[in-house]
Amino acid sequence: MTDVKRIGRDERVRVTCTVNGKRQSGFAEPRTLLSDFLRHELYLYGTHVGCEHGVCGACTVTLNGRLARSCMTFAVQAEGAAIGTVEGLSDAGTLNALQRAFTEFGALQCGFCTAGILISATHFLAKVPNPTEEDVRAMLSGHLCRCTGYEGMVRAILSVAESSS
Amino acid sequence: MKPAPFAYIQPRTEAEALAALAEHGDDAVVLAGGLSLGAMMNMRLVFAGVVIDINQLTDLDYLRNEDDWLRTGAMLRQADALASPEIAGVLPLLHEGLRHVGHYQTRSRGTLGGSVAHADPSAEIPLCLATLGGDVELSSQRGTRRVAARDFAESALSTCRAGDELITALHWPIQGNGGVAFREIAQRHGDFAVVAVAATVRRSGAGFSYSLGFGGVEGRPRVLDGVAPDTNWGGFARDAVAAFVDTLAPMEDPRVSAAYRSDVSVHLGIETLLEALGKAA
Ligand code: FES
Ligand code: FES
Repeated sequence: MTDVKRIGRDERVRVTCTVNGKRQSGFAEPRTLLSDFLRHELYLYGTHVGCEHGVCGACTVTLNGRLARSCMTFAVQAEGAAIGTVEGLSDAGTLNALQRAFTEFGALQCGFCTAGILISATHFLAKVPNPTEEDVRAMLSGHLCRCTGYEGMVRAILSVAESSS
Repeated sequence: MKPAPFAYIQPRTEAEALAALAEHGDDAVVLAGGLSLGAMMNMRLVFAGVVIDINQLTDLDYLRNEDDWLRTGAMLRQADALASPEIAGVLPLLHEGLRHVGHYQTRSRGTLGGSVAHADPSAEIPLCLATLGGDVELSSQRGTRRVAARDFAESALSTCRAGDELITALHWPIQGNGGVAFREIAQRHGDFAVVAVAATVRRSGAGFSYSLGFGGVEGRPRVLDGVAPDTNWGGFARDAVAAFVDTLAPMEDPRVSAAYRSDVSVHLGIETLLEALGKAA
Protein backbone atom coordinates (compact mmCIF):
# COMPACT_ATOMS: atom_id res chain seq x y z
CA MET A 1 0.00 0.00 0.00
CA THR A 2 3.01 2.27 -0.15
CA ASP A 3 1.76 4.07 -3.23
CA VAL A 4 -1.47 5.27 -1.62
CA LYS A 5 -1.37 9.05 -1.52
CA ARG A 6 -1.13 10.34 2.05
CA ILE A 7 -0.69 13.94 3.12
CA GLY A 8 0.07 14.74 6.75
CA ARG A 9 -2.13 17.22 8.61
CA ASP A 10 0.46 19.99 8.65
CA GLU A 11 2.06 19.14 5.35
CA ARG A 12 1.88 21.62 2.50
CA VAL A 13 1.96 20.03 -0.91
CA ARG A 14 2.03 21.27 -4.47
CA VAL A 15 -1.28 20.84 -6.28
CA THR A 16 -1.28 20.99 -10.06
CA CYS A 17 -4.48 21.15 -12.05
CA THR A 18 -5.84 22.54 -15.28
CA VAL A 19 -7.94 25.63 -14.79
CA ASN A 20 -9.89 26.88 -17.78
CA GLY A 21 -7.62 24.85 -20.02
CA LYS A 22 -4.38 26.18 -18.56
CA ARG A 23 -2.05 24.21 -16.28
CA GLN A 24 -1.69 25.92 -12.92
CA SER A 25 -0.15 25.00 -9.64
CA GLY A 26 -0.02 26.20 -6.07
CA PHE A 27 0.34 24.93 -2.54
CA ALA A 28 -2.23 23.48 -0.21
CA GLU A 29 -2.61 21.70 3.11
CA PRO A 30 -5.20 18.91 3.27
CA ARG A 31 -7.69 21.29 4.85
CA THR A 32 -7.27 24.04 2.26
CA LEU A 33 -10.59 24.59 0.52
CA LEU A 34 -10.59 24.60 -3.27
CA SER A 35 -12.25 28.03 -3.13
CA ASP A 36 -9.35 29.44 -1.10
CA PHE A 37 -6.83 27.69 -3.32
CA LEU A 38 -8.33 29.26 -6.45
CA ARG A 39 -8.44 32.72 -4.92
CA HIS A 40 -5.32 32.89 -2.80
CA GLU A 41 -2.90 30.56 -4.56
CA LEU A 42 -3.96 30.96 -8.18
CA TYR A 43 -5.22 34.54 -7.78
CA LEU A 44 -8.45 33.70 -9.56
CA TYR A 45 -10.76 35.99 -7.64
CA GLY A 46 -13.75 35.45 -9.92
CA THR A 47 -14.96 32.55 -7.76
CA HIS A 48 -16.75 34.11 -4.80
CA VAL A 49 -17.18 32.73 -1.31
CA GLY A 50 -20.45 33.41 0.48
CA CYS A 51 -21.37 30.88 3.13
CA GLU A 52 -18.63 28.23 3.16
CA HIS A 53 -21.11 25.49 3.89
CA GLY A 54 -22.54 24.61 0.54
CA VAL A 55 -25.75 26.60 0.67
CA CYS A 56 -25.32 29.82 -1.30
CA GLY A 57 -23.72 28.50 -4.49
CA ALA A 58 -21.46 31.54 -5.01
CA CYS A 59 -18.36 29.30 -5.10
CA THR A 60 -19.68 26.85 -7.71
CA VAL A 61 -17.09 25.65 -10.25
CA THR A 62 -16.80 22.62 -12.48
CA LEU A 63 -14.49 19.80 -11.44
CA ASN A 64 -13.88 17.20 -14.14
CA GLY A 65 -17.16 18.18 -15.77
CA ARG A 66 -19.28 18.03 -12.62
CA LEU A 67 -20.51 20.99 -10.67
CA ALA A 68 -18.76 21.36 -7.34
CA ARG A 69 -19.17 23.66 -4.40
CA SER A 70 -15.52 24.70 -4.21
CA CYS A 71 -16.00 25.60 -0.53
CA MET A 72 -16.75 21.96 0.19
CA THR A 73 -14.04 20.48 -1.99
CA PHE A 74 -10.49 20.27 -0.73
CA ALA A 75 -7.75 21.63 -2.96
CA VAL A 76 -5.81 18.36 -2.70
CA GLN A 77 -8.75 16.61 -4.35
CA ALA A 78 -8.18 18.73 -7.45
CA GLU A 79 -4.71 17.32 -8.16
CA GLY A 80 -4.65 16.50 -11.87
CA ALA A 81 -8.24 17.65 -12.33
CA ALA A 82 -9.81 19.95 -14.90
CA ILE A 83 -11.48 22.93 -13.26
CA GLY A 84 -13.74 25.50 -14.84
CA THR A 85 -14.27 28.94 -13.28
CA VAL A 86 -16.00 32.11 -14.40
CA GLU A 87 -12.73 33.46 -15.79
CA GLY A 88 -12.98 30.79 -18.49
CA LEU A 89 -16.32 31.95 -19.85
CA SER A 90 -15.34 35.13 -21.64
CA ASP A 91 -12.96 35.10 -24.54
CA ALA A 92 -10.12 37.52 -23.81
CA GLY A 93 -12.51 39.93 -22.17
CA THR A 94 -15.33 39.54 -24.68
CA LEU A 95 -18.46 38.39 -22.87
CA ASN A 96 -20.09 35.20 -24.10
CA ALA A 97 -23.77 34.92 -25.05
CA LEU A 98 -24.90 33.97 -21.55
CA GLN A 99 -22.94 36.79 -19.95
CA ARG A 100 -24.36 39.28 -22.47
CA ALA A 101 -27.86 38.02 -21.74
CA PHE A 102 -27.27 38.51 -18.01
CA THR A 103 -26.35 42.13 -18.69
CA GLU A 104 -29.24 42.68 -21.05
CA PHE A 105 -31.93 41.23 -18.75
CA GLY A 106 -30.66 42.79 -15.54
CA ALA A 107 -29.76 39.39 -14.14
CA LEU A 108 -27.14 40.85 -11.84
CA GLN A 109 -26.77 43.80 -9.55
CA CYS A 110 -23.91 43.50 -7.06
CA GLY A 111 -22.58 40.45 -8.89
CA PHE A 112 -21.63 38.51 -5.79
CA CYS A 113 -23.70 35.45 -6.74
CA THR A 114 -23.13 35.79 -10.47
CA ALA A 115 -19.97 33.77 -11.03
CA GLY A 116 -21.43 30.62 -9.52
CA ILE A 117 -24.71 31.07 -11.33
CA LEU A 118 -23.01 31.52 -14.71
CA ILE A 119 -21.04 28.31 -14.15
CA SER A 120 -24.18 26.40 -13.12
CA ALA A 121 -26.25 27.78 -15.97
CA THR A 122 -23.55 26.91 -18.52
CA HIS A 123 -23.41 23.33 -17.22
CA PHE A 124 -27.20 23.16 -17.12
CA LEU A 125 -27.72 24.43 -20.68
CA ALA A 126 -25.25 21.83 -21.96
CA LYS A 127 -27.28 19.07 -20.26
CA VAL A 128 -30.76 20.51 -20.79
CA PRO A 129 -30.63 22.55 -24.02
CA ASN A 130 -34.39 23.21 -24.14
CA PRO A 131 -35.42 23.81 -20.55
CA THR A 132 -38.83 24.92 -19.35
CA GLU A 133 -39.11 27.91 -17.07
CA GLU A 134 -39.75 25.48 -14.23
CA ASP A 135 -36.51 23.60 -15.01
CA VAL A 136 -34.57 26.85 -14.91
CA ARG A 137 -36.14 27.92 -11.62
CA ALA A 138 -35.42 24.51 -10.07
CA MET A 139 -31.78 24.78 -11.18
CA LEU A 140 -31.51 28.31 -9.77
CA SER A 141 -32.80 27.08 -6.41
CA GLY A 142 -29.24 25.93 -5.77
CA HIS A 143 -28.07 29.56 -5.63
CA LEU A 144 -28.88 32.49 -3.40
CA CYS A 145 -29.09 35.99 -4.79
CA ARG A 146 -29.86 38.81 -2.37
CA CYS A 147 -30.37 41.45 -5.05
CA THR A 148 -32.22 40.53 -8.19
CA GLY A 149 -35.21 38.36 -7.31
CA TYR A 150 -34.03 35.87 -9.96
CA GLU A 151 -36.51 37.03 -12.62
CA GLY A 152 -33.84 38.49 -14.89
CA MET A 153 -31.75 35.35 -14.62
CA VAL A 154 -34.67 33.14 -15.61
CA ARG A 155 -35.31 35.29 -18.67
CA ALA A 156 -31.63 35.52 -19.58
CA ILE A 157 -31.12 31.76 -19.40
CA LEU A 158 -34.30 31.03 -21.37
CA SER A 159 -33.35 33.54 -24.03
CA VAL A 160 -29.95 31.90 -24.52
CA ALA A 161 -31.61 28.47 -24.74
CA GLU A 162 -34.07 29.76 -27.34
CA SER A 163 -31.51 31.50 -29.50
CA SER A 164 -29.22 28.46 -29.60
CA SER A 165 -31.94 25.92 -30.38
CA MET B 1 -15.47 28.74 8.39
CA LYS B 2 -12.59 26.44 7.66
CA PRO B 3 -12.19 22.84 8.75
CA ALA B 4 -9.74 21.92 11.51
CA PRO B 5 -6.53 20.31 10.27
CA PHE B 6 -6.63 16.66 9.22
CA ALA B 7 -4.47 14.17 7.38
CA TYR B 8 -5.58 13.09 3.91
CA ILE B 9 -5.51 9.64 2.35
CA GLN B 10 -6.55 8.98 -1.22
CA PRO B 11 -7.00 5.26 -1.94
CA ARG B 12 -7.50 4.20 -5.55
CA THR B 13 -9.04 0.79 -4.93
CA GLU B 14 -11.56 -0.66 -2.53
CA ALA B 15 -8.82 -2.81 -0.95
CA GLU B 16 -6.72 0.29 -0.29
CA ALA B 17 -9.71 2.07 1.20
CA LEU B 18 -10.46 -0.85 3.50
CA ALA B 19 -6.82 -1.00 4.59
CA ALA B 20 -6.89 2.72 5.43
CA LEU B 21 -10.13 2.24 7.38
CA ALA B 22 -8.67 -0.74 9.25
CA GLU B 23 -5.70 1.40 10.19
CA HIS B 24 -7.52 4.60 11.20
CA GLY B 25 -11.01 3.35 12.02
CA ASP B 26 -12.80 5.65 14.41
CA ASP B 27 -10.38 8.52 13.85
CA ALA B 28 -11.25 8.63 10.13
CA VAL B 29 -14.15 9.95 8.08
CA VAL B 30 -14.94 8.79 4.57
CA LEU B 31 -15.28 11.56 2.00
CA ALA B 32 -17.55 10.81 -0.96
CA GLY B 33 -19.30 13.75 -2.67
CA GLY B 34 -18.57 15.88 0.38
CA LEU B 35 -21.83 17.82 0.21
CA SER B 36 -22.78 16.97 3.79
CA LEU B 37 -19.44 16.10 5.33
CA GLY B 38 -17.77 19.23 3.91
CA ALA B 39 -20.37 21.48 5.50
CA MET B 40 -20.07 19.72 8.84
CA MET B 41 -16.29 19.91 8.81
CA ASN B 42 -16.35 23.60 7.85
CA MET B 43 -18.77 24.32 10.67
CA ARG B 44 -16.58 22.23 12.96
CA LEU B 45 -19.39 19.91 13.85
CA VAL B 46 -17.13 17.10 12.69
CA PHE B 47 -13.45 16.74 13.60
CA ALA B 48 -11.47 14.01 11.95
CA GLY B 49 -7.88 12.95 12.36
CA VAL B 50 -7.91 11.48 8.88
CA VAL B 51 -10.06 12.05 5.81
CA ILE B 52 -10.24 9.06 3.47
CA ASP B 53 -11.26 10.38 0.06
CA ILE B 54 -12.99 7.66 -1.98
CA ASN B 55 -13.62 9.76 -5.08
CA GLN B 56 -10.98 7.79 -6.99
CA LEU B 57 -12.87 4.53 -6.37
CA THR B 58 -14.54 4.60 -9.76
CA ASP B 59 -15.16 0.84 -9.40
CA LEU B 60 -17.93 1.76 -6.98
CA ASP B 61 -19.68 3.99 -9.52
CA TYR B 62 -22.04 1.50 -11.18
CA LEU B 63 -25.59 0.33 -11.58
CA ARG B 64 -26.23 -3.39 -12.01
CA ASN B 65 -29.28 -5.60 -12.42
CA GLU B 66 -29.14 -8.75 -10.28
CA ASP B 67 -32.30 -10.89 -10.66
CA ASP B 68 -35.01 -9.07 -8.74
CA TRP B 69 -32.60 -6.51 -7.34
CA LEU B 70 -30.94 -3.41 -8.65
CA ARG B 71 -27.55 -2.90 -7.13
CA THR B 72 -26.05 0.58 -7.05
CA GLY B 73 -22.40 1.14 -6.22
CA ALA B 74 -21.81 3.49 -3.32
CA MET B 75 -20.19 6.10 -5.56
CA LEU B 76 -23.03 6.34 -8.07
CA ARG B 77 -23.65 10.09 -8.32
CA GLN B 78 -27.13 11.37 -7.59
CA ALA B 79 -27.32 13.25 -10.90
CA ASP B 80 -26.44 10.11 -12.86
CA ALA B 81 -28.99 8.07 -10.91
CA LEU B 82 -31.65 10.68 -11.60
CA ALA B 83 -30.82 10.63 -15.32
CA SER B 84 -30.78 6.82 -15.50
CA PRO B 85 -33.62 5.38 -17.63
CA GLU B 86 -33.07 2.06 -15.86
CA ILE B 87 -33.80 3.56 -12.43
CA ALA B 88 -36.76 5.52 -13.81
CA GLY B 89 -38.06 2.24 -15.24
CA VAL B 90 -37.60 -0.26 -12.43
CA LEU B 91 -37.25 1.95 -9.36
CA PRO B 92 -39.69 4.78 -9.99
CA LEU B 93 -39.84 5.57 -6.27
CA LEU B 94 -36.11 6.27 -6.17
CA HIS B 95 -36.42 8.35 -9.32
CA GLU B 96 -39.14 10.46 -7.69
CA GLY B 97 -37.19 10.73 -4.46
CA LEU B 98 -34.01 11.85 -6.24
CA ARG B 99 -35.80 14.83 -7.76
CA HIS B 100 -36.09 16.20 -4.24
CA VAL B 101 -32.47 15.56 -3.22
CA GLY B 102 -30.61 18.82 -2.72
CA HIS B 103 -30.18 20.91 -5.86
CA TYR B 104 -29.08 20.46 -9.47
CA GLN B 105 -25.62 21.59 -8.35
CA THR B 106 -25.25 19.34 -5.29
CA ARG B 107 -26.57 16.21 -7.05
CA SER B 108 -23.74 16.53 -9.55
CA ARG B 109 -21.15 15.20 -7.07
CA GLY B 110 -23.41 13.92 -4.29
CA THR B 111 -23.52 10.13 -4.12
CA LEU B 112 -26.14 7.56 -3.16
CA GLY B 113 -23.82 5.84 -0.68
CA GLY B 114 -22.77 9.10 0.93
CA SER B 115 -26.35 10.10 1.60
CA VAL B 116 -27.09 6.75 3.27
CA ALA B 117 -23.87 6.91 5.30
CA HIS B 118 -24.60 10.44 6.49
CA ALA B 119 -28.08 9.36 7.68
CA ASP B 120 -29.71 12.75 7.82
CA PRO B 121 -33.22 12.04 9.20
CA SER B 122 -34.88 13.92 6.34
CA ALA B 123 -32.75 12.53 3.50
CA GLU B 124 -34.70 11.10 0.58
CA ILE B 125 -32.36 8.32 -0.56
CA PRO B 126 -32.27 6.38 2.72
CA LEU B 127 -36.02 6.93 3.01
CA CYS B 128 -36.65 5.32 -0.39
CA LEU B 129 -34.29 2.45 0.44
CA ALA B 130 -36.02 1.77 3.76
CA THR B 131 -39.50 2.05 2.24
CA LEU B 132 -38.65 -0.42 -0.51
CA GLY B 133 -37.09 -2.83 1.99
CA GLY B 134 -33.59 -2.59 0.50
CA ASP B 135 -30.22 -3.38 2.03
CA VAL B 136 -26.96 -1.56 2.71
CA GLU B 137 -23.80 -3.49 1.87
CA LEU B 138 -20.83 -2.88 4.17
CA SER B 139 -17.31 -4.14 3.61
CA SER B 140 -14.24 -4.26 5.79
CA GLN B 141 -11.13 -6.38 5.95
CA ARG B 142 -13.20 -8.65 8.20
CA GLY B 143 -15.65 -9.38 5.41
CA THR B 144 -18.85 -8.12 3.80
CA ARG B 145 -22.31 -7.94 5.34
CA ARG B 146 -25.74 -6.76 4.27
CA VAL B 147 -27.89 -4.79 6.69
CA ALA B 148 -31.57 -4.05 6.12
CA ALA B 149 -31.89 -0.33 5.39
CA ARG B 150 -34.60 -0.12 8.04
CA ASP B 151 -32.06 -1.15 10.69
CA PHE B 152 -29.06 0.73 9.31
CA ALA B 153 -29.64 4.17 10.83
CA GLU B 154 -29.91 4.11 14.60
CA SER B 155 -30.74 7.76 15.15
CA ALA B 156 -30.05 11.09 13.45
CA LEU B 157 -26.60 10.98 11.79
CA SER B 158 -25.77 7.72 13.53
CA THR B 159 -25.70 4.28 11.93
CA CYS B 160 -24.57 0.73 12.72
CA ARG B 161 -21.55 1.08 10.42
CA ALA B 162 -18.42 0.07 12.32
CA GLY B 163 -15.37 2.34 12.16
CA ASP B 164 -13.50 0.04 9.78
CA GLU B 165 -16.43 -0.49 7.41
CA LEU B 166 -17.16 1.16 4.09
CA ILE B 167 -20.56 1.25 2.42
CA THR B 168 -19.83 -0.41 -0.90
CA ALA B 169 -23.30 -0.85 -2.43
CA LEU B 170 -27.02 -0.41 -1.96
CA HIS B 171 -29.42 -3.22 -2.89
CA TRP B 172 -32.84 -2.17 -4.16
CA PRO B 173 -35.64 -4.72 -4.54
CA ILE B 174 -37.40 -4.28 -7.87
CA GLN B 175 -41.13 -4.09 -7.30
CA GLY B 176 -42.60 -4.87 -10.70
CA ASN B 177 -45.90 -3.22 -11.57
CA GLY B 178 -47.53 -1.05 -9.00
CA GLY B 179 -47.80 2.55 -7.96
CA VAL B 180 -45.38 4.84 -6.19
CA ALA B 181 -45.57 8.37 -4.85
CA PHE B 182 -43.15 10.71 -3.13
CA ARG B 183 -44.07 13.99 -1.50
CA GLU B 184 -42.32 16.34 0.82
CA ILE B 185 -42.74 19.66 2.54
CA ALA B 186 -39.65 21.84 2.81
CA GLN B 187 -39.22 25.51 3.65
CA ARG B 188 -37.79 26.17 0.22
CA HIS B 189 -37.14 24.13 -2.90
CA GLY B 190 -34.28 21.69 -2.34
CA ASP B 191 -34.01 22.43 1.36
CA PHE B 192 -34.15 19.74 4.02
CA ALA B 193 -37.61 18.22 4.22
CA VAL B 194 -39.70 19.00 7.28
CA VAL B 195 -41.47 15.77 6.44
CA ALA B 196 -40.97 13.50 3.42
CA VAL B 197 -43.23 10.56 2.61
CA ALA B 198 -42.56 7.72 0.18
CA ALA B 199 -45.16 5.15 -0.83
CA THR B 200 -45.02 1.97 -2.85
CA VAL B 201 -48.15 -0.07 -3.57
CA ARG B 202 -48.72 -3.42 -5.26
CA ARG B 203 -51.89 -5.31 -6.06
CA SER B 204 -52.14 -8.33 -3.79
CA GLY B 205 -55.13 -10.67 -3.75
CA ALA B 206 -58.34 -8.71 -3.39
CA GLY B 207 -56.55 -5.55 -2.21
CA PHE B 208 -53.21 -3.82 -2.25
CA SER B 209 -50.11 -4.27 -0.14
CA TYR B 210 -48.28 -1.08 0.60
CA SER B 211 -45.26 0.39 2.35
CA LEU B 212 -45.43 3.99 3.49
CA GLY B 213 -42.16 5.54 4.70
CA PHE B 214 -41.82 8.73 6.73
CA GLY B 215 -38.61 10.79 6.71
CA GLY B 216 -37.76 13.81 8.84
CA VAL B 217 -40.22 12.84 11.56
CA GLU B 218 -38.02 10.75 13.84
CA GLY B 219 -34.24 10.48 13.80
CA ARG B 220 -34.44 7.77 11.14
CA PRO B 221 -36.93 6.66 8.48
CA ARG B 222 -40.00 4.88 9.83
CA VAL B 223 -42.06 2.62 7.59
CA LEU B 224 -45.63 1.35 7.84
CA ASP B 225 -46.35 -1.87 5.93
CA GLY B 226 -49.96 -2.87 5.44
CA VAL B 227 -52.73 -4.05 3.22
CA ALA B 228 -55.33 -1.71 1.76
CA PRO B 229 -58.81 -2.72 0.62
CA ASP B 230 -59.80 -2.85 -3.02
CA THR B 231 -61.95 0.29 -2.87
CA ASN B 232 -63.02 3.03 -0.44
CA TRP B 233 -59.49 4.06 0.35
CA GLY B 234 -60.30 7.47 1.80
CA GLY B 235 -61.46 6.38 5.25
CA PHE B 236 -58.98 3.54 5.32
CA ALA B 237 -55.99 5.75 4.57
CA ARG B 238 -57.05 8.34 7.15
CA ASP B 239 -57.32 5.76 9.91
CA ALA B 240 -54.20 3.76 9.02
CA VAL B 241 -51.96 6.82 8.67
CA ALA B 242 -53.28 8.60 11.76
CA ALA B 243 -52.86 5.46 13.87
CA PHE B 244 -49.26 5.01 12.66
CA VAL B 245 -48.24 8.64 13.08
CA ASP B 246 -49.64 8.43 16.59
CA THR B 247 -46.96 5.87 17.43
CA LEU B 248 -44.13 8.16 16.24
CA ALA B 249 -42.23 10.62 18.41
CA PRO B 250 -41.73 13.59 16.05
CA MET B 251 -38.60 15.71 16.36
CA GLU B 252 -38.85 19.30 17.49
CA ASP B 253 -36.63 22.12 16.31
CA PRO B 254 -36.72 25.90 16.66
CA ARG B 255 -38.74 26.34 13.46
CA VAL B 256 -40.92 23.25 13.49
CA SER B 257 -42.81 21.99 16.53
CA ALA B 258 -43.46 18.31 17.13
CA ALA B 259 -47.20 18.94 16.82
CA TYR B 260 -46.79 20.57 13.40
CA ARG B 261 -44.56 17.71 12.20
CA SER B 262 -47.15 15.25 13.35
CA ASP B 263 -49.94 17.14 11.54
CA VAL B 264 -47.94 17.39 8.34
CA SER B 265 -47.12 13.68 8.57
CA VAL B 266 -50.79 12.73 8.76
CA HIS B 267 -51.86 14.93 5.85
CA LEU B 268 -48.89 14.18 3.64
CA GLY B 269 -49.07 10.48 4.54
CA ILE B 270 -52.70 10.23 3.47
CA GLU B 271 -52.13 12.15 0.22
CA THR B 272 -49.07 10.11 -0.68
CA LEU B 273 -50.69 6.76 0.04
CA LEU B 274 -53.80 7.71 -1.95
CA GLU B 275 -51.69 8.87 -4.88
CA ALA B 276 -49.77 5.58 -4.96
CA LEU B 277 -52.97 3.51 -4.61
CA GLY B 278 -54.53 5.45 -7.46
CA LYS B 279 -51.55 4.69 -9.69
CA ALA B 280 -51.52 1.00 -8.75
CA ALA B 281 -55.21 0.43 -9.42
S1 FES C 1 -19.53 29.63 -0.47
FE1 FES C 1 -19.71 27.64 -1.26
S2 FES C 1 -21.81 27.34 -1.37
FE2 FES C 1 -21.67 29.24 -0.32
S1 FES D 1 -26.61 40.16 -7.78
FE1 FES D 1 -26.20 40.62 -5.72
S2 FES D 1 -26.38 38.69 -4.78
FE2 FES D 1 -27.04 38.29 -6.76
